[in-house]
This record gives sequence, structure tokens and C-alpha cells, in this order.
Amino acid sequence: MKIRAQIGKVLNLDKCIGCHTCSVTCKNVWTSRQGVEYAWFNNVESKPGVGYPRKWEDQKVWNGGWERKSNGSLTPKMGGKFRLLAKIFANPDLPEIDDYYEPFTFEYERLQKAPLSKAMPTARAHSAITGKKMEKPEWGLNWEEILGGEFSERSEDYNFESIQKELYGEFENTFMMYLPRLCEHCLNPTCVAACPSGAIYKREEDGIVLIDQDKCRGWRMCVSGCPYKKIYYNWQSGKSEKCTFCYPRIEAGDPTVCSETCVGRIRYLGVMLYDADRIKEAASIEAPEDLYQAQLDIFLDPHDPEIIAQARKDGVPESWIEGAQNSPVYKMAMDWKVAFPLHPEYRTLPMVWYIPPLSPIQNAAEKGQIDMAGVIPDVHKLRIPVKYLANLLTAGKEEPVVHALERMIAMREFKRGQNVDGESNIDLLSQVGLDEKTVNDMYRIMALASYEDRFVIPTNHKEYAGETPFDNEIPFDTRSACGFSFGNGCSGGTSKPNLFGAKTHQNTMSGRIHEPGSKGDRS
Amino acid sequence: MALDYIHQFLFGYYPYICLAVFVIGSALRYDRDQYSWKADSSQLLRKKGMGLGSNLFHIGIILLFFGHLVGLLTPHEVYHHFMTVESKQIMAMVAGGIFGTICFIGMTILLKRRLFDDRIRSTSKPSDIMILILLYVQLILGLITLPFSAQHLDGSSMVALANWAQHIVTFRSGAADFIVNEALVFKLHLILGTTIFLIFPFTRLVHIFSGVSAPLKYLLRSGYQIVRKRG
Repeated sequence: MKIRAQIGKVLNLDKCIGCHTCSVTCKNVWTSRQGVEYAWFNNVESKPGVGYPRKWEDQKVWNGGWERKSNGSLTPKMGGKFRLLAKIFANPDLPEIDDYYEPFTFEYERLQKAPLSKAMPTARAHSAITGKKMEKPEWGLNWEEILGGEFSERSEDYNFESIQKELYGEFENTFMMYLPRLCEHCLNPTCVAACPSGAIYKREEDGIVLIDQDKCRGWRMCVSGCPYKKIYYNWQSGKSEKCTFCYPRIEAGDPTVCSETCVGRIRYLGVMLYDADRIKEAASIEAPEDLYQAQLDIFLDPHDPEIIAQARKDGVPESWIEGAQNSPVYKMAMDWKVAFPLHPEYRTLPMVWYIPPLSPIQNAAEKGQIDMAGVIPDVHKLRIPVKYLANLLTAGKEEPVVHALERMIAMREFKRGQNVDGESNIDLLSQVGLDEKTVNDMYRIMALASYEDRFVIPTNHKEYAGETPFDNEIPFDTRSACGFSFGNGCSGGTSKPNLFGAKTHQNTMSGRIHEPGSKGDRS
Repeated sequence: MALDYIHQFLFGYYPYICLAVFVIGSALRYDRDQYSWKADSSQLLRKKGMGLGSNLFHIGIILLFFGHLVGLLTPHEVYHHFMTVESKQIMAMVAGGIFGTICFIGMTILLKRRLFDDRIRSTSKPSDIMILILLYVQLILGLITLPFSAQHLDGSSMVALANWAQHIVTFRSGAADFIVNEALVFKLHLILGTTIFLIFPFTRLVHIFSGVSAPLKYLLRSGYQIVRKRG
């Protein structure tokens, strides 16, 4: 057994209001530069829909994630090492920028400077790449916002697998939910596996997956390898970029920007301990439906004295063990079984998990009554089909999703009974295997969701960085070093016509239109 | 007299300037500005033309490079055991002709894409366009040498060029003297060829180094995953 710790994340979709605050704050911090205008490390999609980039979930199209061979071994779906290298000159599995969208800005200046005219002046969209006028944007990070577009197109959604989807195209039966997405910081990441340069790595201390910008050579295999399409090729710098899990904030014990700014308080961060020696075993289990349980099986109980002793031995700092014991992620995933991985069938063992959303009981309005399964309403009558959620979260296995939804309904009914009717209906809880203490915990963390309950993040211990704990050389070495920068940010090379190739584009994120032939600035 | 001086400079000294800049410049860039060290693919912006163009170009030019490397630098004492000078020349012409044609088709597609596709043109650095045109011209010069070689199949030109190359890389004097009487097209091909080494460190060509090292490292990497310890 080799115990490692990771900061995991849970998003409570039941409370997501689709406001895109997470996307915007992330954008402002991380992708407001040339070359990544089109990239959103965090984006929110309306489901059902094909998403951003188009059909990202369908690995028959993009060949992301892993494939289990008949002998039980795993290779990236895009091919083993030789086949992958054969794609290096031209990668057939790479999306084109139009699959995301051509980045654009509007000619705002014209609104102020247009000469007097009978018609209102308009601000046309201009491509951030060519600077030329664009007829109209064709796609985007939330193009299908609140069921925008036709059902026939949205219903290409991969999660409709084995569902009679035509029914849900009818107005009366339509359903929707929001799905905020970011890098999953997987235990078995295909992006890392697909990088020929070895530039992508998983950090041992907190599990964050990062791209070494100096080592990346822009072979762009990671973009294809990632089944969530959460690695973006910066067309200006020629390097791949991805969600950093805001590691400078996490190291200091602060939540990621998307989590911090979430107005619905749906995001949770906490430590998970897992057995690194069993990653391979879990990821290569035969039936895709068993992958969810397989991943649960490699998470370790931080209250178990044996686990604690082994964790100490493997160099997990004391504060991280304590963090794991109070982790909201552990509670939701392991104790309450209400959170699930996104598309476990990709075999990457993702570490950003989701609580499925409840939805109105469909027949209630029609019949004036609600079908009950015992004292709990029948979750199969919810507007969002259980099978759809199962395809999204458990590779199609419905039982765990049903179980979670029933627990959430029971929690609501129970607390409603307490607060409105003044009575505690224990029957509700026993039907879903909960007791009053647990449900109060769930209520406190999931419904009230105070800052301290959502984010239990121990600070990073640099003093554990060396061969022995409390090796002081490393923190002192890095303490006054160059800060966060791109390339040679902290030394030399300040002449504008850079010897090794200046940028071609200025930053257009301010709304400035790119003028062909203009030189890039040195920001 | 002046012509002789220029000849001596271009084929006796200039190659060393080029090679020195190639080595020192590449090392400096790797050390000082690795963030700029990349393949600089534009496939994300335009897929069209990449599948055929890029594959043909790369395969063609890699084969041409190794053809030149082996053909020019294998000492006569080594290869004459199993083939004559004449048959070596025929082999060089056939192989060069085939690889050159493959490369030419690919490069024509890529050059058209770079110059006339809006997205690619506007994201091209001057060096991207320059290097592609230089390689294109160099390839065409190389293909034009074929009819000149065909005029004398005794292999004398090939031997002269090989002597030049071998004397250059082994730091022996008098390299330029071997090729005084060669056709102009060979000389232009040599000048442009050495010039490509000169500008190499300042263009995207540096990705060639990584194109050799990355696959090797990748194939030798045990398993797939990489976990970095803190520090």
C-alpha cells in the first residue's frame, strides 16, 4: 500500500443555478491572454446538449480516455505509444478551433465614433485570430444555454445512450440541468500518459495535474488524450494549457477561484486519501459499470488507525490526515454516497465529483398527487430521467444514483417536517438508511453550506519537500524566487523583436480588434 | 582572384560560422528561453491540408535528411566494399528523387496553406514563412540537381561533394577546393543548406531536436504515468 493525498472536489448540481460566475472569474484569472481566448478552464453547459467542444463526451469521435484490452491491460484510446507517436505530424484526433468556437471581440469603438446616421451603429464581431469581421459566432462554451437550439441537435448528447429520447423532445416532457466542468485532476490521467515530452505530471503532494510550460513542445497529444477536452492548445504560445486547480491558492489553504466565487455554494474541496498502488487495478476493472465502485474501493478511511499509521509512514503531513478526517468530499462520496465521478467509463478515475440534481416530479402537476415508493416519492418519476444521470455519472448503473436521489429527497422531507410541521419523521430516514445525526450533518454541509464546511484545505507543507521531513533548503530556495510567469518572465530578453520569435498577436481580451500585421506586445 | 576568395569563404569558412551558430545558438535558446522551444503546430486553427501535407512533408524531409547524412558522410573506404561509385550515385538519385517528390507534394500543400489561409497567415511569425520558403527553395534546388547528375553517371560530382562534406566535418583544410568545378546549382544547394543551419536556432526548426528526444524518452518511459515529488 502506498498512501497518497489529493485535494478532491464535489459539485452539488442540485444547487447549480447556471450563473457562469465560476467561468467568468476563472477566465479573468487564467485565460485572459492571447491564444487562449477560446479556452475556458471552467465552463458551464446546459444538459442535454453536445457541449463544448462539440460532442466532447463521445469518444468514438475524439478517442479520448483509456481502452481496456481483452487481456486486461489499459492503453490510451488514441493508441499505444507507437500508434500515438505516428500521429505526431498530423493528429487526426485533434478538435479544430471551430469545434470550440472562433474567438471574437466586438467593435465597441464604432458605437462611439460612427458618424451621424439614420440607423443605429452596430458593433460587429471581429475574429481575434484574423481581425476580420465575422458573420456570426457559430458555437461557444454555453451555446445550448437553457436548451437553446433544436432538440434534434441537442439530442446527439451521448448521455441519451439507451434512452428513448424522442419523448424528451416534447415540450411537456423536456428536462434540463447544468453541468459545470473543469479539469478532473484524475488519478489515472490520459493527458499525462499521452504526452511524449513528459511535460504533464501529477503532483505527489496534492494530486494536482499540471503542464510544465517550459518542457511542453506542443505535440498536442494531451488535447486528444483528455476525454473531458479540458486541455487547451494555446495557438499563440504553441503550448498546451489547462486548469491548474488554482494551485497557488490551494497551497495557501484557499479554495480555487471557481469555488470561492460560486454564488450557489455548490462547490466543495477536501482531502481524499487513496491507495496509489491500486490505481491500475481500479482503472482496468472489466465492466464499466463497476468503475464507480472500484474507485470508491481505493479511497481510504482516514479514521482507521492502520491507515493513519501508514499515511504518516508515506509522508502525508499530520494536517492533511486531519483534513481528510474532516473532508466534505469524503463525507459526500464515501459516507453518504451522494456524489459520483463524471463519466467513470473513461477509466481516468476523475477526482471532481458531482451530486446529481433533483427535479420536479412529473406527474404531480397532472394528477394532483405524487407517486410514492413507500414514504419517498418514486425517483423514476423525476423529470430528469435516472438513466440519463446514470449515463453521466456511473457508466449507466442506475442503483447508486437512485439511492443518492432518495437520500436527498428524504433529507428535504425530513427537514421540512421538522421546520414546517414541527415533527421528525424518522420513517423517512430509515427507508434510505440514514439516522438523524447523519441527516443533520448532510443538511448542514449540503444545504447550509457555510464556507468552513465547504472548504477544508490544509496548507501545503514545503518543509516536507526534501528527502527527509523538515528539509529547510527547499522552502528557503523557492521563497524569494521568480513568481508566477510565462517563459523567461523574470530574466533577460526584453528587446521587442525577440531573437527566438516574438508574438504575432496583441491581447484582444480588452475588446481591441486585432489588426493584421501589428506586432504582439510583451505582456 | 575575388571569385576565388568568395568561393573559399562560402565553402571553406562560412560552413563553420553556420555550424557554430547552430550549436551555440541552440544551446542558448534551450537554456535561456525554453518557453519558446516548441513545434508551433497550427493544426488547431486549420485541420485542412495537415493530414496529407504535414505527413508527406515530414516523412519526405526526414528521409532526405538521413539520405544526405549517410550518403555524404560515409567514407569511400567503407562503401566501396559492397557497391561501386556508379551504383551509389544511381541509388542516391532514385532515393532522392522519390523522397524529394514526396516532400515536394507535402510542402506545396503546406506552403499554400501558410500563405493563403487567413487564419494561418495572420498567426504566422515572419520566421515561420521564411523558413518554409527557404526549405521549399532548397528542395527545388535539390530536385534540379537530378538532371545535372544524370549528365555524368560516373559519380565524380557525388564524390567531390562527399569529400567536401567530410573535410568540413573533420576540420581538414582544402574542403572548398574539391568543388571548384561543380555546377552552380550544387553550389547554391550547399550555400542554402549551410544557411539553414545558421538560422536554425532562431526558428521553429529547434523542434527537430525534441522530435528526436521526446519519442525516445516516451518509449523508454516505464508505463504511462508521471508523478512529480515536491521540491
